[in-house]
Amino acid sequence: MKPKIAAQSGTFESSDVIFLIEPRPDNSGRKLEISSTVMQQFGANFNRIIVEMLDQYDMTDIHLIAKDKGALEPTIKARFETAIKRSLDEQEGTLK
Amino acid sequence: MLYIPGNNPAMIQQGGVYGADSILLDLEDAVALNQKDAARTLVRNMINVIDFYDAEVCVRVNHLSTPFGLADLEAIVPLQPSAIRYPKTESGEEVAELLKIIEQIEDRHGLPHNKMTLHAMIETAMGVQNVFDIASKFDRVDAITIGGQDLTADMNIVYTPDGAGIDFARKRIVMAAKASHIDVIDTVFPDVNDEEGLRRETEYAKRIGFTGKAVINPRQIEIIHDVYTPTDEEVRKAYRIVKEFKINSAAGIGVFAIDGKMIDAPIVTRAEYILRLANVTVG
Repeated sequence: MKPKIAAQSGTFESSDVIFLIEPRPDNSGRKLEISSTVMQQFGANFNRIIVEMLDQYDMTDIHLIAKDKGALEPTIKARFETAIKRSLDEQEGTLK
Repeated sequence: MLYIPGNNPAMIQQGGVYGADSILLDLEDAVALNQKDAARTLVRNMINVIDFYDAEVCVRVNHLSTPFGLADLEAIVPLQPSAIRYPKTESGEEVAELLKIIEQIEDRHGLPHNKMTLHAMIETAMGVQNVFDIASKFDRVDAITIGGQDLTADMNIVYTPDGAGIDFARKRIVMAAKASHIDVIDTVFPDVNDEEGLRRETEYAKRIGFTGKAVINPRQIEIIHDVYTPTDEEVRKAYRIVKEFKINSAAGIGVFAIDGKMIDAPIVTRAEYILRLANVTVG
């Protein structure tokens, strides 16, 4: 599966994370650009969460940029889910 | 009751540390229309993970007439916060319809109908007119609140620090709550820099019967607690009244005097309420 449209979620504020997602050409795989203000301490965990979520949504041909400002795991997962649903044009109950 | 914007993770994760009796995670007015999905998902993920200590946790959903209300309920009801706060409640029929939807969601998730309660916000002239129906007809409605800003907007008047325009509404809402034996929470005080104004308004709210007050900034919590916490003198006096009442009741005496002042049932009831607030029991 791949994103239909470019989408983003989250903010640059402290304890938050921003995700930017866009589709890539078929069979081109994942391109991940991940940065975090706490990369040294929690980088491995942050990377793991993102890969797990990409697998959960079966996302293959995707360009994902993540900029983390120390978000907790439930925040990372919430922002990721929102970005993915927006990129699939599946978000419900909001104004676009 | 501390309002926390539902799309702000930093504020949500810190929400429990300020000592508020109740936390309100807001999906309604504090969230931009194009961020409703993000806030809903964030609150859903955070609500049962973050430690809010002893605070009651409520979620204010959007009204069912908006494109967001039903999605909010579908996401939040399965998590069973202490309460759902419903904005701009205007009639008993509206509450019945809301509860029907909530119970359908609970049935799908195998949840009971008696755990999570409902707080109805009265924010329109129509809501004020119908407040007794809203407060009295449903076991799950255990609090009503007044939303001062929306109410003044609905009345086409300007909100003033003296609260003149909403005074009738305040008193009518309090009376409906008292008649229904449920809590009644006063509206927020919007000027976070005016601490004296906040104290004055809170003292007034307490005097006319509100059982608490909503806040939009943690700085406001201490003043509200200070106003609502009984003083040592009030607690001592209440303790003496209840103790004397017990002694006299055991002797078959209903009305008695302390320091020359008659003590009867209403005064004992008020003293018992003060002791409950102070968490004091009479042995």
